[in-house]
Amino acid sequence: MDARTEEERFNAIIDDDEKIEPRDWMPEAYRKTVIRQMAQHAHSEVIGMQPEANWIARAPTLLRKAILIAKVQDEAGHGLYLYSATETLGVSRGELQELLHTGKQKYSSIFNYPTLSWADIGAIGWLVDGAAIVNQIVLQGTSYGPYARAMVKICKEESFHARQGYSIMMTLADGSDSQKAMCQDAIDRWWWPSLMMFGPHDSESAHTAESMSWKIKRKTNDELRQMFVDQTVPQARYLGMTIPDPDLEFDEESGHWKIGEIDWEEFWSTIRGDGRLNRERIAHKVKAWEDGAWVREAATAYAVKHGMKLDKSA
Amino acid sequence: MSTVTTRNPLAAYIVRHADDNMVIGQRLAQYISRAPELEEELAVANIALDHIGVADHLFTYAAKVEGGGRTGDDLAMLRTEREYTNLLLVEQEHDGFGELIARQFFFDAYQALLWEALADSTDDTLSGVAQRAAKEATYHLRHSSAWVIRLGDGTHESHRRIQRATDRLWRFTAEMFEADDLDRQMAADGIGVDPSTLRDAWESTVDSVLEEATLTRPEDSFQTSGGRTGVHTELLGPMLAEMQWLQRSYPGLSW
Repeated sequence: MDARTEEERFNAIIDDDEKIEPRDWMPEAYRKTVIRQMAQHAHSEVIGMQPEANWIARAPTLLRKAILIAKVQDEAGHGLYLYSATETLGVSRGELQELLHTGKQKYSSIFNYPTLSWADIGAIGWLVDGAAIVNQIVLQGTSYGPYARAMVKICKEESFHARQGYSIMMTLADGSDSQKAMCQDAIDRWWWPSLMMFGPHDSESAHTAESMSWKIKRKTNDELRQMFVDQTVPQARYLGMTIPDPDLEFDEESGHWKIGEIDWEEFWSTIRGDGRLNRERIAHKVKAWEDGAWVREAATAYAVKHGMKLDKSA
Repeated sequence: MSTVTTRNPLAAYIVRHADDNMVIGQRLAQYISRAPELEEELAVANIALDHIGVADHLFTYAAKVEGGGRTGDDLAMLRTEREYTNLLLVEQEHDGFGELIARQFFFDAYQALLWEALADSTDDTLSGVAQRAAKEATYHLRHSSAWVIRLGDGTHESHRRIQRATDRLWRFTAEMFEADDLDRQMAADGIGVDPSTLRDAWESTVDSVLEEATLTRPEDSFQTSGGRTGVHTELLGPMLAEMQWLQRSYPGLSW
């Protein structure tokens, strides 16, 4: 008989870098934190479909159109996968969606910015997915087992997303003056919001210390942001494009690129719901959900009538 | 102005089937992020990808057959609505999931038969595309039939909606089986199929699914056509305007 308390056993799993599984005892605050983070991740995948879907109908070639559809489809799949992983903690997809629709849970603020040109599709793949990958690669080592395994699967597809984004940017950067201008304009609008994706400075982050001690987070916001900057600045230079930060410089001593100050006012106002398209994104999602109510009801009624096992997805 | 896409009969024949797949693929793609459930987002995107993939293969092949220096993308992106030769059914808009499914069901039931027949084409490339597309069409038909049945035999409201969608789109169904000179010539050459020969099997699929769905087969005998000669409804132009916008705005560039 293991004489340790449940909490001691939990702490031992964390200390040994092993995974917490759904049936393991966990502190209520740990459960809540993991639910919040996974749900936010799932919501981000689903809301993130919208800015890209905005360009599917206008994609310039059949190949680009097909790649973009496949990418948006992957995001729906990631959303589904992450909702399922979250359900292992005893909360249903329906409940989580309700929290999204009513603004009680958040999604990544990056998706509140509009996609205004084809280059924005390139910038989302390269910068936004690039930033997401930096975060997600580290999350493969997160302490909650189902979340860590979801990240392994999702990272594989995300790297394809980032590559297709960079391929769009390369083509534009090698193109006409108007295409080069489109490419630069997209970088000008997406660079800072991409850096904001990593969240506030560590000193301002409400959850970092606790999440680090539970190994839900494995690196701090500022560490992750620095990794992203270091990998992305050379890529921007290779494109022959300018990063919209006059203070950006390479620090020989540390071997890192140093960025200027992020506009935290813009960051917090977007988080609060006052970003460019916060209201539109939620309205779009809620409308799709409400428009589909009769379909979901029909599927349920049909299943009941025909004595099928109820599949809550249908 | 000329309504002829190309003077090469084989190219024209391939293009009409490419157009059908391009247009319905584009319609489905417009629905992405608006589905009733995440599982359907995946399904709709998947089906859109299949159709666009077929269109891409066929446009590329038609451009090669035509031999005039145009690319597959040129055929998709730089022809006007008078030059598009798709069936009227596929350009119809959907007001929601019900009409999307009804449109898809009528078309899937046709395409499953079409590709099965074209798999035996003496044209190797067309036969190759058809063999792959036949498998996809079987899956598409399974998906759309299942939804017609679920919606028809679901709630009172869903029954009303899918019946209305079926009734509204019915007038575009006979066009799928109208054979013109090009169809007959291609069938005689062993390359194509006379679509009128597919009608009975289509009717039988549709009747059995509608029956299982407890839906009434529409009785309105009015039918309309014109797509194969580029005489469309007013819905194709705006769709192409959106689809071709980037290529038209910045001509001659690589993307």
